Amino acid sequence: MVYENPEGIRIGLEIHIQLNKLKTKMFCGCSTDYHNAAPNTHTCPVCLGLPGALPVLNKKAVEAAIKVGLALEGEIAEETQFHRKNYFYPDLPKGFQITQYDFPIVSKGKVVIEGEDGEHTVGITRAHMEEDPGKLVHIGSIGKSKGVLIDYNRSGMPLIETVTEPDMRSPKEARRFLDKFRNILEYLDVFDGNLEGAMRVDANVSVHWGTRVEVKNISSHKGVERALLYEIMRQKNVIRRGGKVSQETRHFDEGRGVTLSMRTKEEAEDYRYFREPDLMPMRVTDWISAIKETLPELPDAKRARFMEQYGITDMHARSLTSKIMLADFYEGVSAKGADPKFAATWTADVFLGELNYRDLAISSYDGERIGFIHAKDPRIKNSFKVSDMVELINLFAEGKISDRAAVEVIRTMLDTTEEKTPSRIIEEKGLFKAEDDLVTKAVAEAIAENEAAVQDYLGGTEKSLNFLVGQVMKKTKGTADAKTARELIVKELKG
Amino acid sequence: MAKWMSVAQVKERIKESSAEEVTAHYLENIGKSKINGYITVSEKALDQAKKIDSEGHNGILAGVPIAIKDNISVVGLPNSCGSRILEGYVPPFNAHVIEKLLAAGAVILGKTNMDEFAMGSSTETSYYGPTANPWDLERVPGGSSGGSAAVVAAGEAPLALGSDTGGSVRCPAAFCGVVGLKPTYGAVSRYGVVAYANSLEQIGPLANNVTDIAILMDVIAGYDRRDSTSIDSKTEYQKALVEDIKGLKIGIPKEFFGEGIHPDVEKAVWNAIHKYEDFGASLEEVSMPNIKYALASYYIIAMSEASSNLARFDGTRYGFRESGENWHAMVSKTRAEGFGTEVKRRILLGTYALSAGYHDKYYLKALKVRTLVKQDFDRALSKVDVLMAPTMPNPAFKIGEKIEDPLTLYLSDVNTCPINLAGVPSISVPCGFTEGLPIGLQIMGKPFDESAVLRAAYTFEQNTDYHTKRPQEVA
Amino acid sequence: MITKEDVEHIGWLARIDISEQETVEYMEKLNSVLGYFGQLDELQTEDVAPTYHVAEIYNVFRDDMVKDCLPQEVVLANTEHKQDGTFRVPKIG
Repeated sequence: MVYENPEGIRIGLEIHIQLNKLKTKMFCGCSTDYHNAAPNTHTCPVCLGLPGALPVLNKKAVEAAIKVGLALEGEIAEETQFHRKNYFYPDLPKGFQITQYDFPIVSKGKVVIEGEDGEHTVGITRAHMEEDPGKLVHIGSIGKSKGVLIDYNRSGMPLIETVTEPDMRSPKEARRFLDKFRNILEYLDVFDGNLEGAMRVDANVSVHWGTRVEVKNISSHKGVERALLYEIMRQKNVIRRGGKVSQETRHFDEGRGVTLSMRTKEEAEDYRYFREPDLMPMRVTDWISAIKETLPELPDAKRARFMEQYGITDMHARSLTSKIMLADFYEGVSAKGADPKFAATWTADVFLGELNYRDLAISSYDGERIGFIHAKDPRIKNSFKVSDMVELINLFAEGKISDRAAVEVIRTMLDTTEEKTPSRIIEEKGLFKAEDDLVTKAVAEAIAENEAAVQDYLGGTEKSLNFLVGQVMKKTKGTADAKTARELIVKELKG
Repeated sequence: MAKWMSVAQVKERIKESSAEEVTAHYLENIGKSKINGYITVSEKALDQAKKIDSEGHNGILAGVPIAIKDNISVVGLPNSCGSRILEGYVPPFNAHVIEKLLAAGAVILGKTNMDEFAMGSSTETSYYGPTANPWDLERVPGGSSGGSAAVVAAGEAPLALGSDTGGSVRCPAAFCGVVGLKPTYGAVSRYGVVAYANSLEQIGPLANNVTDIAILMDVIAGYDRRDSTSIDSKTEYQKALVEDIKGLKIGIPKEFFGEGIHPDVEKAVWNAIHKYEDFGASLEEVSMPNIKYALASYYIIAMSEASSNLARFDGTRYGFRESGENWHAMVSKTRAEGFGTEVKRRILLGTYALSAGYHDKYYLKALKVRTLVKQDFDRALSKVDVLMAPTMPNPAFKIGEKIEDPLTLYLSDVNTCPINLAGVPSISVPCGFTEGLPIGLQIMGKPFDESAVLRAAYTFEQNTDYHTKRPQEVA
Repeated sequence: MITKEDVEHIGWLARIDISEQETVEYMEKLNSVLGYFGQLDELQTEDVAPTYHVAEIYNVFRDDMVKDCLPQEVVLANTEHKQDGTFRVPKIG
């Protein structure tokens, strides 16, 4: 099946990611660990742009950029350098941003995503290094601002800006691209997407192969799909009413979920790029092969290996490799004696589902336990032990607990930070599988007490069977195996 | 105590009495100054000297006072760059050279006057008023490090640091009759010097004699990992002070003796060159055909870089601030009121030279011409050891004489700015007088061959007495 | 040649307020300097590479090691316009 792209949608993305796994900023020794710090406590003469201070490039930032370039299957420039982008803004303490211009370190890469019609390749135009500006807080609303407060803790954070070709054909593909991109960066261990401001996205989008509109300032990962859905609807409506989509830059209002036209500036900016005279050019060719050697197994390769090695489905493998820490957790569980296929189901379907339901984001894995934090409130933290998952899966595999009981155990463990083993929870809650005669008794009772349902079922209403199974589960407090209960009822009623 | 002392004499005095007394002596001279050479006199200088006395005079410059150009950051001392826009700004960090000086035991007397942001050749564009030339108080001391050169010439400091972007150490050295060196690009860390044109400038020493220049270079030069353009040349500067130039090949670039050169200057420089012949050097005329384009290339590059470097002065974090109904208006007013006319002209020209549509015509073109100028130097210096020429085509001019017409003022850098384009070392040493005004001989060398330059300068100095002459106006 | 409009535009780019009267003055002075710069047009430079830097140095890096930052009060010491540890400026647009 080939996706026809009936609405002629083209989406390109510009993604800024902070290399927040580095210890220090791009051009100075200030710590990147500023997220919970008081304002202007993570600054120095360099990132404050004090007169006379000079930038010196963080070697690890270049290494990270090369890693990203290799992972995106891009070309790494033989010689690359920094430029100054000159413009005035209060978050920019030097009056220019040090960035890369006509010699970006990475060009011509690609990322393969699960597109509308199967595998779909998104081209990477370029990826380059630059420094982050400071952070502005407006007093009052933006429209009626009384003043602006500036915190330069973020100033000089190392960034990689990645520009894609307009190859995505739906907001869903754009989101999938971002998921995959973020996943790759986390595999490379250069990026932690859970930190505030770690990823910022600008999108350009057009419908009916028409004029491109830029949507700026999409700060959250999920915001991208919403912003694009809105913007596409807006553009289609403009055209439907006989209007023309004008080329412009719009701002995404996250709260209202709409894009708003940004006030056009009185005069066009002119960034007057020129080579940063305080930094020397880089020649990295000799470095590339060494970095290549250190590249970890990337998501696609890991997915293929999981299917091959553990005999699990593509869907499970895809889900398990969607986060490096989840993949590692899964391998830990399998290595410690859980059946890999059961482990895949329980980790990818149940465990991951329960995490998502609770808005918990995986944030660490140390070989013993996988940790997570609440997506909106990072103070809420919890973790789950590899050994607990192994124990739980084995109990299920041995038929000692029902699947419902196993789910119940996972939920209990996620909802408390108390350290309790699965067996202990099972015992406390009486979740061990009911004896067969108990189930038989419950089946008999359920049939006896629900004459109408029995008649309906025998009259051909399949749904009524589910009701009866539910009754059995209720009577056994969930300890019965649903499949067994169903079989017993059918046998009882239909012989 | 003698008003003018060499470093050796200063150290002798310190041994006989104390660093405190020597510092007090210079502070007294500064107190009676007629030249407005300092913007800020350090109130901590005496305490610093006392501390050095109590610690036992450790370090090559233990107790030796020094004056610092007001664009080099010193913790606790205002750093105005001669501009209103930096009013009240006190840097929280030391420049690399200041760290080195303090480690060597030097006493910082204060911060010297300069053309605003080092943009000028006369020290007249300073917000803090012009500095007078000690040889004639109605004349300019040269610039932009005019304060640094003038205080050394006037006995208000035995040593000083300046910065040289297109001649800003050598021009005032020539006009004030002192010695000034622009080191090879990369030899001295720029960390802490407020940038005017990053790819051209170097911090340079000023002193009454060549020996003191070498002593100071041994302290301030060397690799600094905070400056990505820093290079470790491992030169031992004092070792170059050998009175022997037999076999030295001197190139004379005729382009440096062009139209408009003062006849007395030309004569004095040729006299000096012939003296070298007497000492056993050989002369050779060299041609540097692109030198005539150096000035335009230099100014385009310097102004372009400056337009970006000076963007940080927006009233937001430090310095002078005007009020405005919004941030952009505040910034535009702050910069209109905070910068002087010449600085604004250069920012505007630099902005223009980098702007869309003009970048290639001006900025890129200037960089290409820079290549040609550099090739001229490479070619000339492949045949000879050093080049010699007048530092300035004319002696010091009157205060106010050239300030109105920028182009006339720019033209006075014609012999100094090519050196910055090529990044080579160059020294200016006193070589004569015209109507009581000093004349400077410029000696240029190969990159990182300060040794040849210093040796030539030292030999000349040992056999002449120009460097011992003192201005009577301030005696 | 630079026009009055050019002066106004670069004044905006450089964020320097320029009055009516100054515009004319700047225009004249800048044009005289630009006229002088025009002499570079005499030179054929198509085949000449630009020199950004005389020093041919490559790959100057710093290790990823944390250094001390400045204390907040030092960072804010050079301005009166501050609030709760931040720099305060007028609204932006």
